[in-house]
Amino acid sequence: MSALVFSLRDAPAQRLDLAPLTPDRLVGLSESKIAAIELQTTRERLRAGDVFKIRIGDATQIRFDGGSERFDRIGAGMSQGEISIDGDVGTQAGRLMQGGRLAIVGNAGPWAASSMKGGTLVISGHTGERLAGPVAGETVGMRGGVVMVRGDAGVRAGDRMRRGMIIVEGKAGSYAGSRMIAGTLIVRGRTGRLPGYLMSRGTIVTLDGSDALSPTFVDSGVHEFVANALMASYVQAYSPEVAAMLRQPWRRFLGDMAVIGKGEIFYPPVTN
Amino acid sequence: MSQLIVNGIRVDDTFAEAFGMRATAIVITAHNAAWARQAAVTMTGFATSVIGCGCEAGIDRMLNPDETPDGRPGARVLLFAVSTSELQKQLQKRVGQCVLTSPGSACYGGLEAEERLKLGNALRFFGDGWQVSKRFGDKRYWRVPVMDGEFVCAATTGLSRTAVGGGNIIVMGATAQTTLAATELAVEAIGTVPNVITPFPGGIARSGSKVGSRYKGVTASTNDAYCTTLKGSGNSALDADITSVLEIVIDGLTSDAVAAAMRAGVRAILTLGPERGALRIGAGNYGGKLGPHHYHLKDLLP
Repeated sequence: MSALVFSLRDAPAQRLDLAPLTPDRLVGLSESKIAAIELQTTRERLRAGDVFKIRIGDATQIRFDGGSERFDRIGAGMSQGEISIDGDVGTQAGRLMQGGRLAIVGNAGPWAASSMKGGTLVISGHTGERLAGPVAGETVGMRGGVVMVRGDAGVRAGDRMRRGMIIVEGKAGSYAGSRMIAGTLIVRGRTGRLPGYLMSRGTIVTLDGSDALSPTFVDSGVHEFVANALMASYVQAYSPEVAAMLRQPWRRFLGDMAVIGKGEIFYPPVTN
Repeated sequence: MSQLIVNGIRVDDTFAEAFGMRATAIVITAHNAAWARQAAVTMTGFATSVIGCGCEAGIDRMLNPDETPDGRPGARVLLFAVSTSELQKQLQKRVGQCVLTSPGSACYGGLEAEERLKLGNALRFFGDGWQVSKRFGDKRYWRVPVMDGEFVCAATTGLSRTAVGGGNIIVMGATAQTTLAATELAVEAIGTVPNVITPFPGGIARSGSKVGSRYKGVTASTNDAYCTTLKGSGNSALDADITSVLEIVIDGLTSDAVAAAMRAGVRAILTLGPERGALRIGAGNYGGKLGPHHYHLKDLLP
């Protein structure tokens, strides 16, 4: 059975909450019932059928033809199946995602993968600030799963992250891995200022170094880490280039000593 | 006892009687194969028999770098015990004292099973607060700082409740040299069978035992029926031409693995022939009343 397809009719006139359009909600629904699902975020009612041309199909495989930076909360809370979007999305893509796969063939806005619990989120383009971070009122960010960003990530990627893995193949903004509790954040490109700001535990890998490292991180020297070989094996399926780099010796900085200092940043052997 | 003659060697029409055991497996890696083997040999020392050692353990096989989680040379070790709690205790003590301490070592689960035993989850406390937990997918590891870097250890390993201990072959020959040659050849053949170990020194036991003793509190004693210097006594099971007897004990993760190992061992002995090797092959049992697994020698012949 082919995928359930939502084809964008026109650019939306308001921000949309696409959280209801997940496999969890749509499996077993008829075309008319799916078309009647409300997506508006203003007082002006907007149903799925108003925004998209719907081609009914396997609701565990959902495809969006065409995206918009006004597509908010796409894949939020999904626990199974796959959603792919051929275009950009707005804020909080994959927020609180529990399982399944969300693939964005475009750019994502801020808080992508916010407080994600499981599954895989792949962003082919860039993503905004606070990737995987908590929203206001939450104390913990990402708690599981894998986030793969092919482009760049904004500031505070991995904020308050507790578990799981984030791989950024491009650059990351300042304060990457800020307030990290645990988990792993890997940045292939250059990382902005002060990665690991106030991190208590967890691992940040800055494969191309950072613009500035906080003096509250202490140099533990260059080592060959067996654990990084395990990390490389896991990363191999997502980014073979990053995996190959992980197998090399890395310089380890311990910190942030401004808090409990049990976190670590892996840095190129020759610091720059 | 009735016997078959195969390639000039007498094969007793009897069976090995084996018991259900709890088992686990781990993979030890190191900078090179020599140090992986060293750690494995150290942790499987004093693990010949559950009677006195708490567990039976040995190296299943050495592993190439492409077979281990971290891409380094390794060894797969099997441990067998009579209870889950004893197996957990032995695993923790042996890995903690013999693998964690070995230069460059790392330790991973070597058995996929739903039931788990603590591995790194028990040893992480050596890190005194500096240990780091990493989870990659569904696998969790502990990184414990040690003086040459980090001891990386999987959090858990699998537990098997369907393992078998006590498969055996009794090798009888005309001289110590020929008997040993046949037994060594059998152990070598068994070494190529996966998921089994031969826990005694070099895979061979010279002091086969029977259950019980005339002395109070002694649970096992010499198998006098197979002691060559007691030939002629009323209980002896030996022929006049036998002057040396050795035993191979086999533990396996499955009954099929034990049967395959016994088959490999018996065939190796038969191939060598009576002039250079054994005159007779037997097996140990308790009349079939104690162990649920019976391996009849006639079923293992070529």
